[in-house]
Amino acid sequence: MRYLPLTEVDRQQMLNVIGAQHVDDLFVDVPKAAVLKDLVDLPRAQGEIEVHRHMQRLAEKNTPAGRTAFFLGAGAYRHHVPASVDHLIQRSEFLTAYTPYQPEIAQGTLQALYEFQSQVAQLLDMEVANASMYDGSTACAEAAMMAARVTKRRKIIFSGGVHPHYVDTARTACEALGLEVVALPAAVDDEAAVTKHLGADVAGVIVQSPNVFGTVTDLTAIGEAARGAGALMIATFTECVSFGLIEPAGAYGADIVCGEGQSIGNALNFGGPYVGLFAVKEKYIRQMPGRVAGETLDADGKRGFVLTLSTREQHIRREKATSNICTNSGLCQLAWTIHMTLLGEEGLRKLAVLNHEKAIQLADALDKVSGVEVLTKRCFNEIAVMLKKPAQGVVDALAEKGVIGGVAMSRLNPRANMDNVLITCATEMNTDEDIAAFAKTLKEVLQ
Amino acid sequence: MITETTSGNRGLLQAEPLIFETGHATGTGVDLPAPKGLKSKLGTLTRKAPLDLPGLSEPETMRHFVRLSQRNYAIDLGLFPLGSCTMKHNPRLNERAARFEGFADLHPLQPTSTIQGALELMDELAHWLCTLTGMPAVALSPKAGAHGEFCGMLAIKAALDAKGESHRKRVLVPSSAHGTNPATAAAAGFTVDEIPARDDGRVHLDDVKAKLGPDVAAIMITNPNTCGLFEPEIKNIADAIHEAGAYFYCDGANYNAIVGKVRPGDLGIDAMHINLHKTFSTPHGGGGPGAGPTVLSAALAPFAPVPHIVLRGETRELREHMAGTQAFGRMCAFHGQMGMFTRALAYMMSHGSDGLRQVAEDAVLNANYLLARLKPHFNAPFGDRPCMHEVLLDDSSIKPKGVETIDMAKALLDEGYHPFTTYFPLVVHGAMLIEPTETEPKRELDRFADVMIALAERVNAGEVEFFKQAPKLTPMRRLDDTRAARQPKLRWRRGENDTANKVAAE
Repeated sequence: MRYLPLTEVDRQQMLNVIGAQHVDDLFVDVPKAAVLKDLVDLPRAQGEIEVHRHMQRLAEKNTPAGRTAFFLGAGAYRHHVPASVDHLIQRSEFLTAYTPYQPEIAQGTLQALYEFQSQVAQLLDMEVANASMYDGSTACAEAAMMAARVTKRRKIIFSGGVHPHYVDTARTACEALGLEVVALPAAVDDEAAVTKHLGADVAGVIVQSPNVFGTVTDLTAIGEAARGAGALMIATFTECVSFGLIEPAGAYGADIVCGEGQSIGNALNFGGPYVGLFAVKEKYIRQMPGRVAGETLDADGKRGFVLTLSTREQHIRREKATSNICTNSGLCQLAWTIHMTLLGEEGLRKLAVLNHEKAIQLADALDKVSGVEVLTKRCFNEIAVMLKKPAQGVVDALAEKGVIGGVAMSRLNPRANMDNVLITCATEMNTDEDIAAFAKTLKEVLQ
Repeated sequence: MITETTSGNRGLLQAEPLIFETGHATGTGVDLPAPKGLKSKLGTLTRKAPLDLPGLSEPETMRHFVRLSQRNYAIDLGLFPLGSCTMKHNPRLNERAARFEGFADLHPLQPTSTIQGALELMDELAHWLCTLTGMPAVALSPKAGAHGEFCGMLAIKAALDAKGESHRKRVLVPSSAHGTNPATAAAAGFTVDEIPARDDGRVHLDDVKAKLGPDVAAIMITNPNTCGLFEPEIKNIADAIHEAGAYFYCDGANYNAIVGKVRPGDLGIDAMHINLHKTFSTPHGGGGPGAGPTVLSAALAPFAPVPHIVLRGETRELREHMAGTQAFGRMCAFHGQMGMFTRALAYMMSHGSDGLRQVAEDAVLNANYLLARLKPHFNAPFGDRPCMHEVLLDDSSIKPKGVETIDMAKALLDEGYHPFTTYFPLVVHGAMLIEPTETEPKRELDRFADVMIALAERVNAGEVEFFKQAPKLTPMRRLDDTRAARQPKLRWRRGENDTANKVAAE
């Protein structure tokens, strides 16, 4: 077996040193009846050729996004990732390192974490960011639980614009803790509705901008209302490229900003691994979940970085930890940092403008199709449109014709009563021809 | 010895400042098409907050991150014997497969007619995991080990609720457990009741029985445990737990010791997460991403979180909502860590049933070989018996001579090794937990043992200062953790880094 270096001679020599006759003598504590006599009923070892062929065959049964006219977002976005990003994250020293528990020989990972935290804080206009969460949805769940810890209150209000999967994920986690979750009815443009539910028992309101319908919202008044009621304003997002063009939630006074970082540096990967971004006001850092890197000095007085504030974490604090998270999204976070470094301020701003322009073109093109009404007024790169037919059938019909036109709201939330709403998005990857083809095919499908 | 140079470089090791100290707002490593100048639909919502993100050209970016990479130790450089972490070789075929366009360029919400291969792959992975563990079902979506624990405990909670036994709130956790176990139990709304450690490093049936009662929801046991031992009473403990109406959660972090050789399902467990980034070799990536698929017993399977894959004739569909199911909820936005599923399946297929069994045997053999070689030189608290895939030593024989576990670890850094896991499990003072894994050849084990023995001899020779000064040869010397925690500086800020720069330049 090509990954196992011991030879039969080695094994025998080692058993001799140990003083055992047979390797089974080392499994002496396992109840005899539990040791399998035969191999499990699975195929035997295969060479690289066979395994490659099998995986290739499975891959070819899928239709990759890039082989279609592709307009699907809703939490995962198809952007260009520079070739150098994937090369760098495959450096053995990054790829095959562990969590940086020995900082003297992990400064590469640690400095990159510090740079990531700094970039995230700058992007979201927040004071402090952590070293990443699993993804946007779990980051959002952690934010809800953190709000309950900070305020010692037990009710969380979600706007009708938060991604339904984020609500479901956070609800699952919050209800286990006995927190009450109120999810407002789906609404294209009504993040402010959360303020009507504020009260002395509300720990936090969770809003999203751009929201799942693509609507961008000024969150200033929501933040003020939440503060006035002693609750935290948590702002989530699924498209971090947007903050190259739109005002980030930090500037609106959000207490926690959390969401999905996949758009920068990371491929679609059928939903994971992604990278959750999580930023807070400085006064809350000791209630923050997850790892964080900090600056310090070494014995020679040189600047270096370590994992710090670990008294919040499970390996020290056990059942009193701020979260049970251990492994996070290290390599996806590194990809994010590398891509963001390549973009820089100028590149990010330009990328954001390109996305916005493509969405404007898309909205204009679809608006001209009979039986289509654009619902989203202030968009970044995603819009919701009302169709004259149920959207799920339209999506399937479009796919037959080589267009992945978006996702039906009914798929994300069957109870939203929005069966004819399609959520569709455009990025820098879409050509003018793609957009024209989408509009033309949609017209055919709707006829 | 030259310690400082004009450039700040040390031979091939290049000094490298933060990107914020070298990049600038107009630097960029991407060439994007020019915008068309369309009128924005954002009105007053455009960004006014400063962005101030540094950019670097592609060659500068390459150098920055390659220079950083050279400050990292990694499994591809040498033995990485971190106990409980299973740092084994990461086959590159798996990296290639994960990057196939048909997997990497696939959106999780595409119409199911366009993702049949992805769903088939997930089903295949589920089949391998269920067959290996002897369990009827698996929830694939948990994103890491702790997330898998959370999934398992929520399934237990749902099963109790369904039986009208929501009053069961107490979860038994041995004091030797990973910190994630009590943290997870608390996150799932349970209270934690610790089972104290015994001198032999095991969980005793009597101790479990003494804790059982009508309010006990579950027990969380790591098996093989964190002392590197298989729990001999595991089956009887499972029976006692079930008799008391509670469930058995098994932490599968140490599954590598028994994969293909023992099926956890035969031991009576109800749920166990599998760290694909440990046993099934998906790369650790400096801290993630991982994946924590969680196998479930027949009693818990109905409560598995959405999404579920449903086979209709030849076609696979996704059930993404709880309506009409007993699912306890949703773990994350989409279907889990597909990139890790691809890698793990390629790994399992490469090994096959025969190779995976060999993995367990070689992992255990390698650990016992190190135990045999090191036992005469260090105290091995449970060294009178064979260990599983990791060796537990402690510093009780060297501490009276002035050298502790941390000092041994730092001395190993100068010898070119990543150290063992230090001070864990907590039940053994000064623990040194060594997990070599099956992908180490005998000569690497011998070299490592020789180094450890030589260090023990230096302790015996009274060279305490040698240890206290270590490491001397690493890119950084010992770092001041207390300073980092007392004056937290968690990000770069414009204008604030003057002191640090000065210090760095001195």
